Amino acid sequence: MTRPKLAVWKFASCDGCQLTLLDCEDELLALAEAVEISQFLEATSEIKDGPYDISLVEGSITTDHDLHRIREVRAQSEVLIAIGACATAGGIQALRNFADVDGYTNTVYAHPDYIETLEHSHAIADHVQVDMELRGCPVSKSQLIELITATLAARKPHIPNVSQCVECKRAETACVMVSQGIPCMGPVTQAGCGNLCPKIGRGCYGCFGPVEHANTAALSAEFARLGLSETQTRDKYRYFNAAAPAFANAGDRA
Amino acid sequence: MTTRTLQVDALARVEGEGALYVKLNGDEIETVEFRIFEPPRFFEAFMRGRDAHEAPDITSRICGICPIAYVMGASHAMEQALCIEVTRPIRDLRRMIYCGEWIQSHVLHAAMLHAPDFLNLHDAMAIAKVEPELVKTALRLKKLGNTLMEVIGGRSVHPVNTRVGGFYKAPSAKAIADLIPELEWGVQAAGEVARGFAKFEFPDDEDDYVFVSLKHPELYPIDEGRIVSNTGLDIAVDEYPDHFFETHVARSNALHGHMKDGPPYLTGPLARYANNFGQLSDTAKQTAEDCGLGPVVTNPFQSILVRMVEVQYAIEEALRLARAYRPFTPAFIDAPPRAGTGHGCTEAPRGICYHRYSIDADARITDASIVPPTSQNQPQIEVDLTRVVRRYMDLPDDDLRWRCEQTIRNYDPCISCATHFLKLTVERT
Ligand code: SF4
Ligand code: SF4
Repeated sequence: MTRPKLAVWKFASCDGCQLTLLDCEDELLALAEAVEISQFLEATSEIKDGPYDISLVEGSITTDHDLHRIREVRAQSEVLIAIGACATAGGIQALRNFADVDGYTNTVYAHPDYIETLEHSHAIADHVQVDMELRGCPVSKSQLIELITATLAARKPHIPNVSQCVECKRAETACVMVSQGIPCMGPVTQAGCGNLCPKIGRGCYGCFGPVEHANTAALSAEFARLGLSETQTRDKYRYFNAAAPAFANAGDRA
Repeated sequence: MTTRTLQVDALARVEGEGALYVKLNGDEIETVEFRIFEPPRFFEAFMRGRDAHEAPDITSRICGICPIAYVMGASHAMEQALCIEVTRPIRDLRRMIYCGEWIQSHVLHAAMLHAPDFLNLHDAMAIAKVEPELVKTALRLKKLGNTLMEVIGGRSVHPVNTRVGGFYKAPSAKAIADLIPELEWGVQAAGEVARGFAKFEFPDDEDDYVFVSLKHPELYPIDEGRIVSNTGLDIAVDEYPDHFFETHVARSNALHGHMKDGPPYLTGPLARYANNFGQLSDTAKQTAEDCGLGPVVTNPFQSILVRMVEVQYAIEEALRLARAYRPFTPAFIDAPPRAGTGHGCTEAPRGICYHRYSIDADARITDASIVPPTSQNQPQIEVDLTRVVRRYMDLPDDDLRWRCEQTIRNYDPCISCATHFLKLTVERT
């Protein structure tokens, strides 16, 4: 029986999402049996030609060259899955979308003329058709395993699309906003991380991106009541998922 | 005249992608260039205007493999700017989570990315077919590092519990105590893996390196110390900009780090080890001796052994800290906003990582500068490549290419954010 071919691709990113796959120490060897790892530059120097059954794509599109590359990856992939905030929303580097990029190159590089870059950092789905998305900066290990397992079994992955608030209630975590007045993005953020921040008394900072039908207007009003300035509220939305439409709009309105 | 061209379309088993260009004219080496095509992500630019407290979380996204190095460098710098003095328990817990990062990052590189080079295999999965126990032990060690980061930081990639001033919440005594049995196992296991790797055949190579690292009066340097070299440099972290600078060359999207009036230098395990051998634990010193290492290692191909010695040290150090751990309050020290400038420098797994920020009276960032280890090592990597090509020029193209790739992997380079494939082109005329 031929095993399905798995490929892992990297665009502008920090490597953290693909590292999450290598961090599945207990599952890694079994996964390597279940699929044929055909392209995973960070982990292996063995490279097999496409087409690939499953492509995991990390990172955002920020150069012309990458724009060509993602189209090639799409053409060679049966199922294309975007993993992480960079791939699903442009990542932290999408903060450039709200600024003047020429000014940026001058800040970091002595010879800005050597640098080739697009004006915006884009999600993968802005350029090619994406079959599934996994949120998070980084993605969660258990969601990643669930997604790969489900895809291999040709079933729908169990990835809940409720808010972080629901995760707090399930975990019986006291609401940090109500009980301590800590600004929290939980009401507008998709669950899935395992309730990490509220559990330690920290407000969610939205790394899993906007939940469907996020009521950002109500949350922005709540932030104002808690004493946040407009800049502070805007920065809450303009963070690791700054270019996700719901957060980008809320940031503009703040 | 015959022209021979060697091409590798991808240098694998590094974090990110770049290119290598080697041109030989007869026996003359015309060009050796290590290129990094990291698409710029502009961290220093978009941090301007952001709140000082966001710097650790933002900069951690520069690298998913060593987020703690960024969290700590940025936190130290902001604490200096805001005149925050953290307490001893905070420092100790920071050192413990940093040990976790060293363990997972070093084991990932040594066992999964570097070891295959010495076994002529493509990856750890292939090693698992011939040496299943070795790979299982390595994965368990890596998991131990990640577990430390999860227990203290909430998750291993981009921890959420760390902040300017300390932590959101100190872990419970039980959560830390539960780590102890696995840490005890890890001390032994890391020694065994190191001794196993010592049986590899190491290519002959050495250089008279300038080693730059941190140095601390009592401890092997991880999270604090002065910046020193084996050539007499000894400065406080704040003085970094007086002694180092960066240049931008056309072939790379990463800046090259240099020492003022100095030759290229090496930062990372070999430098830390040579400058601080005396501070290692007796167990780690014994492991080094068992592996045939003296107090200074000048063969870069043996960096895999030094990494494993450091893994063993980091596990022992985490064990010491875990045994002494008591939950503490306050978990962090806060201070009102004020204008200022701060510097931070810690030992990332790959070498010193320097941060400097200026903030205004509202604690908003007005200027940011970050110098990661791989930028600093780039000039030295090219020196190493030139030396290796000269020495092994007579090897067939395939072997020479493999050796060049290995020379780069000796540094565990973190070309985070890169998109392009690494291309090795050797032109022989
Ligand atoms: S989403 Fe976050 S963790 Fe994942 S690659 Fe991007 S920056 Fe790294
Ligand atoms: S609570 Fe929010 S910010 Fe924290 S890890 Fe979860 S999604 Fe990310």
